Amino acid sequence: MGKTRVARTGNEAMAEAIRQINPDVVAAYPITPATEVMQIFATYVADGLVDTELVPTESEHSAMSAAIGSQVAGARTMTATSSQGLALMYEMLYIAAGLRLPLIMAEVNRALSAPINIHCDHSDTMGGRDAGWIQIFSENSQEAYDNLIQAVRIAEHKDVLLPIMVTTDGFIISHAMEAMEIYDDKDVRGFIGTYKPLLPALDHRNPITVGAIDFVDYYFEHRRAVAQAMINAKDVILEVGREFGRKFGQEYGFYEAYKLDDAEVAMVCLGSTAGTGKDAIDNLRKRGIKAGLLKIRVFRPFPAEELAARLRCVPQICVLDRSDALAATGGPLFAELLAAMYEDRSEHKIINRIYGLGGRDIKVGEIEELLSAQVSAAAGGKSIDRIAYLGVRE
Amino acid sequence: MKDIANNWKDLPVGGVIDEPGTAINYETGDWRTLRPVHNKEKCINCLACWVYCPDAAIMLKDGKVEGIDLKHCKGCGICAQECPPKVKAIKMVEEADFR
Amino acid sequence: MGEIIEIRWHGRGGQGAKTAALLLADAALGEGKHIQAFPEYGPERMGAPVQAFNRISEEPIRLHCQVTNPSIVVVLDTTLAGTVDVVAGLPEDGIILFNTAEEPAAIRKRLSIKGLKVFTVDASGIAKEKIGRDVPNTPMMGALIKVTGLLDFDRMLEDNKKKLTKKFRNKPEVIAGNIEAIETAYQEVKSE
Repeated sequence: MGKTRVARTGNEAMAEAIRQINPDVVAAYPITPATEVMQIFATYVADGLVDTELVPTESEHSAMSAAIGSQVAGARTMTATSSQGLALMYEMLYIAAGLRLPLIMAEVNRALSAPINIHCDHSDTMGGRDAGWIQIFSENSQEAYDNLIQAVRIAEHKDVLLPIMVTTDGFIISHAMEAMEIYDDKDVRGFIGTYKPLLPALDHRNPITVGAIDFVDYYFEHRRAVAQAMINAKDVILEVGREFGRKFGQEYGFYEAYKLDDAEVAMVCLGSTAGTGKDAIDNLRKRGIKAGLLKIRVFRPFPAEELAARLRCVPQICVLDRSDALAATGGPLFAELLAAMYEDRSEHKIINRIYGLGGRDIKVGEIEELLSAQVSAAAGGKSIDRIAYLGVRE
Repeated sequence: MKDIANNWKDLPVGGVIDEPGTAINYETGDWRTLRPVHNKEKCINCLACWVYCPDAAIMLKDGKVEGIDLKHCKGCGICAQECPPKVKAIKMVEEADFR
Repeated sequence: MGEIIEIRWHGRGGQGAKTAALLLADAALGEGKHIQAFPEYGPERMGAPVQAFNRISEEPIRLHCQVTNPSIVVVLDTTLAGTVDVVAGLPEDGIILFNTAEEPAAIRKRLSIKGLKVFTVDASGIAKEKIGRDVPNTPMMGALIKVTGLLDFDRMLEDNKKKLTKKFRNKPEVIAGNIEAIETAYQEVKSE
């Protein structure tokens, strides 16, 4: 197994993965901070390094429409977008899922307007969380690359056949150069295999109708089948993650647990904050506070039972949401985790902090302070806000 | 035509209709309030009705109009409208008159 | 968790602060170190003050927050010092390196810098002479390595030669010019 140690930004890492995947078709429209993914990939197309038909469209809605058409035709298809671009794709996201198309998207998390902002938060993909797309978050460039390679196998698995988005944090990962390892082309291609579409529309010997109408008679059954595909994706994600580990060295699951086994307090988060969090956990442990971290990698399907089981032994939990549901039950990650742990609720104090909107930095010290305050409040029997904002100027 | 599954597990993936021409199984003839009556004597077989019929309900035999497929004709009257004025080989008649 | 060295680059949009951070990170990677290089993004355009950052460590780097307390600052354009707080967050024994023909003592006095180790090098002058254009970022790399000892100079030079050869296959004079500029800056950087 050949590996090369390189320095890559998140966008470069994703473009590299797409080059190695060598999709039949890529349809995309540029948007900051995801633009570079396609900009770099377009040079690969121009240089003849891939066999891909690159379709530059006039909007993200068109990009997703073209990607859907191409995937229906039987082509392995990818796209990349961010923020408003994903928002413009919104109605087509549901169509891709409902038609059970294993489309693959490189998504770079960015805040939504207004006010205009180009920096990271998770509001964009949270908006599409119930669209029927598998959602996998990445902590760094390496994970973005690894996740995108695995995404092909997950999406195209016969028990799944759902579109998938792999995300990175805008600028924090997309534009930050880090050391990572890339694998040899032949190993990646061997791992992903060739795409065998179930019912390609261009198979003229077996004509099909795609996108037919379903009224009260069958719509519900078809949506139930989409839900089942999402449920099935859980086993497939684990299976592909294990196989990836055997082949490339790093195994992947639903989450990563860091110093969690004896933790009295744990933070739960998505994406790049987990990296900063690990340094905070180490500092807290030096100070004698048994802190741990749980980084959720797979947000859709939401691994509710697995997360609840893993956190069962942790009395104090702080869920960090990089998006706000605005006067709902906290952020989306908190609400889902709280529901997942409902049956164990008496054992835990679970709090929520909305942080980092529009790219607002989160520092090691802030996380340390947050978790140590939660521990002292618990020890002193003091109350602490269940849902609050972290890092906003009050 | 295959039987449609009565549970979600056996439905074709993605709501695809995996065989062509299934519209023939959906009989729309009883939507009709006006029935086209074709007069073979007057008909010049220009096939304008066949071209314009939105339901492919004009039946041909050896390139000539054989009659109307009443299982699918919805009685829209486009055939009668498109039949050349000097020919007038299709007349729309109240469906009630046939019952 | 090993010690992480944090560096901040100040420049103007178009001057190559981001490229300098990328080059340094790439060179450090070549020595088997763990690295990060990232610019500060905003609405900045050509000429506007910009910043770029590096983290360099013997251990894997997990931090993904901004760099606010660097131990080293590199100022690619000394005229920025009037409008941007270039010493912000530096510790008492921090290093600051300016691209200027002035002496370190003169800069210290003019900018009222207290503490810190101040270094200067005329990277723009060197670049104009050796490369033919005012591209101070590569010579600044040479000076930075001299004053910090961050990397092995000869290995960095070798690494740079390889990368430049790849990039400027048809312009051997650019390669030679860049290498000479790095070497000159390495020798000419001034301390107090």
